[in-house]
Amino acid sequence: MSGRVAIVDVAQTKHGAPYIRNLTVSDLVYIVVKELLEKTGISIEDLETIITSSSDFWQGSGCSNVFYFDAAGAYLKDSPKVEEDSALGFVYAFMRILSGHFDKALIVAVTKCSEAPSISDITSLNSDPFYQRPVGIEEVTAAGLQAQQYVSRYKLSDEIRAEIAVKNYRNAINNPYAHRRMNLTIDEVLGSEILAYPLRRLEVADGSDGAVAVLISSEEAARKLTDTPVWIRGVGWSVDHYFLGDRDLLEVVSLREASERAYKMSGIRYPRKQIDLAEVCETSTVQELLWYEGLGFCNRGEGWKLIADGVTGMYGELPVNPSGGVLATNPYVARGLIRVAEATLQLKGEAGRRQVPDAETAIAHSTHGAAGSHHTVIVLGR
Amino acid sequence: MGEEIEPRIIEGALSLPYRWATGPVGARFLEGLKNKKILGTRCPKCRRVLVPARKFCPRCFVDTDEWVEVGDKGILRTFTIINFSFVGQVRKPPYIVGIIELDGADVGFTHFIGGVDLTDIEKAARELRPGMRVQAVWREERKGDILDIEYFKPVRE
Repeated sequence: MSGRVAIVDVAQTKHGAPYIRNLTVSDLVYIVVKELLEKTGISIEDLETIITSSSDFWQGSGCSNVFYFDAAGAYLKDSPKVEEDSALGFVYAFMRILSGHFDKALIVAVTKCSEAPSISDITSLNSDPFYQRPVGIEEVTAAGLQAQQYVSRYKLSDEIRAEIAVKNYRNAINNPYAHRRMNLTIDEVLGSEILAYPLRRLEVADGSDGAVAVLISSEEAARKLTDTPVWIRGVGWSVDHYFLGDRDLLEVVSLREASERAYKMSGIRYPRKQIDLAEVCETSTVQELLWYEGLGFCNRGEGWKLIADGVTGMYGELPVNPSGGVLATNPYVARGLIRVAEATLQLKGEAGRRQVPDAETAIAHSTHGAAGSHHTVIVLGR
Repeated sequence: MGEEIEPRIIEGALSLPYRWATGPVGARFLEGLKNKKILGTRCPKCRRVLVPARKFCPRCFVDTDEWVEVGDKGILRTFTIINFSFVGQVRKPPYIVGIIELDGADVGFTHFIGGVDLTDIEKAARELRPGMRVQAVWREERKGDILDIEYFKPVRE
């Protein structure tokens, strides 16, 4: 990798419908971009490229960015949009800095789930109209198929699944930006209604409203803008087959590919030892275990041990989702970039009550598509 | 700017008609369903039989070169019981979706699983298990779409 690229700073809304429901997507973008510029002391004239990330489906209008690109300060600027997964918008901005044509880039992502139909309504449109959509394949159904396969193959207990939800909602209590902040018991999780058996309502990530902005720059610019730059050490992304039946939903091959690429770039050989914390994109409880396995934190089928032994708990050896993760906060397209923002706050030592002590290396992971078909892995370090 | 104003929400809905080409391979597969046949295509390189039929192998990136009729029976790989509603849902919840490994195919096939009493979801789930045999239940009047198979039902053999 030629030249180093840093994250200068980040800004987020207080996510969730109760706080920001009555604001427009444009309002939310304006709020986070303004805050980020104030924090970093740069003016909008200093920015040449602004990458936005949102979804036409979620916004209910084509060219979703036309409604807020100016709120990101992008009037007459070089401002492309990355649809569906904002972690890829981050990767795109990273490559723009690496190209040498830009020394700073802003990435901003937004979704207001409170304005849109449900996650299932929308993700059903991700399925083809011939074979998968008519038989009901959408995000939650796919997560149920994947979860049941995990339960059958590895004899996963209901309690371990519930513990993942308990951990994430509880971690969210320490995160002032999180949406669903709850102190639940295992029985409460298992007592919530069945959504996609074996998954219960509290095991599946519902939507949120929110926006997030991240400023990245070349090393030279970062040195002037912040005392605590966070370095982008490695990135990788990969996509699995489209048809669910073509995949082994427990092999998560595209996550394995994505993480191998990111680890190779960043010199990580022993992820469990070398990584201090991870922010992962778990749209269901079982997915958090699968992502542990795909990220190389443990062997196949052993993700449950990390939960049982408290390894990924707030005080464990490798905390996962100190922010509360996607179960707690899910402004759909923005969730990937929120993982980056949260990992950045940890590495800057600015994560407040959710701070993991002495964090030096962190992972931000994002996924998109049924049962995690596309994955992005970003390794950050201080 | 500080003055409080009553929040206002504007409601709307989108409904747009589309006309999607199935492609020649899709057309032949769907015509097969009309005749109670499930057709796959074989990849000349990895030799896998792919269902629904494909024009090319998504793994090897070569043209498939042979049509193969696979069984309308198979084994259940995994399932989920859906107990919530969403737009465009074909069946009324609760219902079961499964991935089925059809006899003679090398990939799974997603479809409904039926013929199971769902009054108690957890009891129904205990009766379903991966590896159990299932068989297609065909629609009486078939139209050449994926719902010509109503669902797959568990069978004892």
